[in-house]
Amino acid sequence: MPGNEAIGVEKISKKFDQVQAVSDISFNVREGELFGFLGPNGAGKTTTINMLTGLARPDSGVVRIGGTDCTKRPRTAQHLIGVVPDESNLYPELTGFDNLCFCASLYGIRKQQRKARAAKLLQDFGLQHAGDRRFSGYSKGMKRKLTIAAGIIHHPKILFLDEPTTGIDVASARQLRKLIAELNASGTTIFLTTHYIEEAERLCGRIAFIVSGRIVRTDSVDELLHPFQARHMLRIACATQVRGTTDRLSNSYPGLKFSFPEENILQVEADEPIKAGSIVHFLEETGVEVTEARKIIPSLEDVFVEITGIEADALRTGQENSGVRE
Amino acid sequence: MNRWIAFLNIMLKDMRTYYLKPPNVSWGLIFPLAWTAMFFIKSGAGLGSIPELLPAVVAVSILFGTTSMLAVTVTFEKKQRSFERLLLAPLPLELLMLAKTSGAIIFGTANAFIPVIMAAFLMDLSTVAWTVFVPAVVLVAVASTFMGLFIAVAVSEVFEAQTFSNFFRFPMIFLCGLFFPVAQLPIFLKPLSFALPLTYGADALHGSVHGAHMLPFTLDLLILAGFCALLFGLSLRNIKRNWIA
Repeated sequence: MPGNEAIGVEKISKKFDQVQAVSDISFNVREGELFGFLGPNGAGKTTTINMLTGLARPDSGVVRIGGTDCTKRPRTAQHLIGVVPDESNLYPELTGFDNLCFCASLYGIRKQQRKARAAKLLQDFGLQHAGDRRFSGYSKGMKRKLTIAAGIIHHPKILFLDEPTTGIDVASARQLRKLIAELNASGTTIFLTTHYIEEAERLCGRIAFIVSGRIVRTDSVDELLHPFQARHMLRIACATQVRGTTDRLSNSYPGLKFSFPEENILQVEADEPIKAGSIVHFLEETGVEVTEARKIIPSLEDVFVEITGIEADALRTGQENSGVRE
Repeated sequence: MNRWIAFLNIMLKDMRTYYLKPPNVSWGLIFPLAWTAMFFIKSGAGLGSIPELLPAVVAVSILFGTTSMLAVTVTFEKKQRSFERLLLAPLPLELLMLAKTSGAIIFGTANAFIPVIMAAFLMDLSTVAWTVFVPAVVLVAVASTFMGLFIAVAVSEVFEAQTFSNFFRFPMIFLCGLFFPVAQLPIFLKPLSFALPLTYGADALHGSVHGAHMLPFTLDLLILAGFCALLFGLSLRNIKRNWIA
């Protein structure tokens, strides 16, 4: 169960030349939590991670890692953290095993222990067959796995994961999400940045939405979804033009809200359960051929769109390969 | 935590990955050999010219051996972001950068002794003042390495590092009294000569091998050590400003 503060952020800001990358953001992450940091590309996610891990200094504000104020002395808490950057940045000329041993040595771990931990992580991540191969020869999915393994080889209390599943295939993304969930279950606090809404919904306990360098909302997934779960939504797919029926639908069903997210799709929203059969019958009587009627369960995507005003498509750039929609 | 485990492993990784690769080893052998041969043939003075040539060839071997690799490898690691991994390690920045440069210092020092070994077959080395020669070699290696580090931190692309290195290195061959005494330089170039660390290293090396030198050995070595501290300090300042901004 989440406990004491693992990460505390108070009003941090960062400007690069004329660009305000992060503006006055505050949040905290409790021990054992899996905290999601969700926003479109360029929202300030990586800049925030860099400030939290000591790779960048905030222009103002305070960062606490494990209770230590790292703002002025960013390197003081580095033994507590592990970082998996958005790009796999291990040494291409070293083997997988040697990469892990080298990363362990940076934390002062002795030779025998380094070797044992590297062998175990290769096993845990399903890379035991590739331990003696050069990192440069790994597939993207293998590279991400080894980069995560390198991030946890010193058993950090807090793990920063920056876009862990971006650009990898469906199967590897699934495996990685399983590994992330297992790590969190074993007690590691995880700070996860992603632009995949479903990934955040599936993995995280709490989520902060960041847009244009500002946090627009921080809450638990349940709390974020709650107001939307009271809504009832129906999506009706038609083989013929349906837009022309708007006025007649509104007159016949005054308590319902009608919209057209796509050309031949009718979306119905209400505060009470919707009688789908009645609407389908009404449409067919007016000459519209209905092919499918489906109840929509509100997702975090709907919450994100509502709160940020950003269409989810903007977040989903490059999602085709992520395997989120499994 | 045992920081020296990290120090040693960073150094060994660099040695294995960069310095002990065949192109580098051959560079360390062929380059000093080519320079020795070139000046030996040009002088036309036969074996008698070797004591005057040896300090210069030693200095050039160190200068090129250290700067060529360090400027490229640090820039390369920064570019491919593996350097971030080092910056995230719980090590003081000073120790981290010493670890990162120690491989180049050892490589440069080892390079220096290749022409010495070759010279041992051609001249009597019993008159060499080793107590001055060895510290001078080490300090020239440290100063050259830190100059390579300074260049690496100042640029963002590998090709910039190579260009910038040559901008310093080639003038130094002619301005630092390696093959031509500083006293013979035009008066307007002399201040520039004394602003370069290799001038003091070359002076100590010349003095220790054949006795001709401008400044007392202690002063040469102290000034060289001062350059080392200055270049290292400036490099650290630039890393903090530019890489952990």
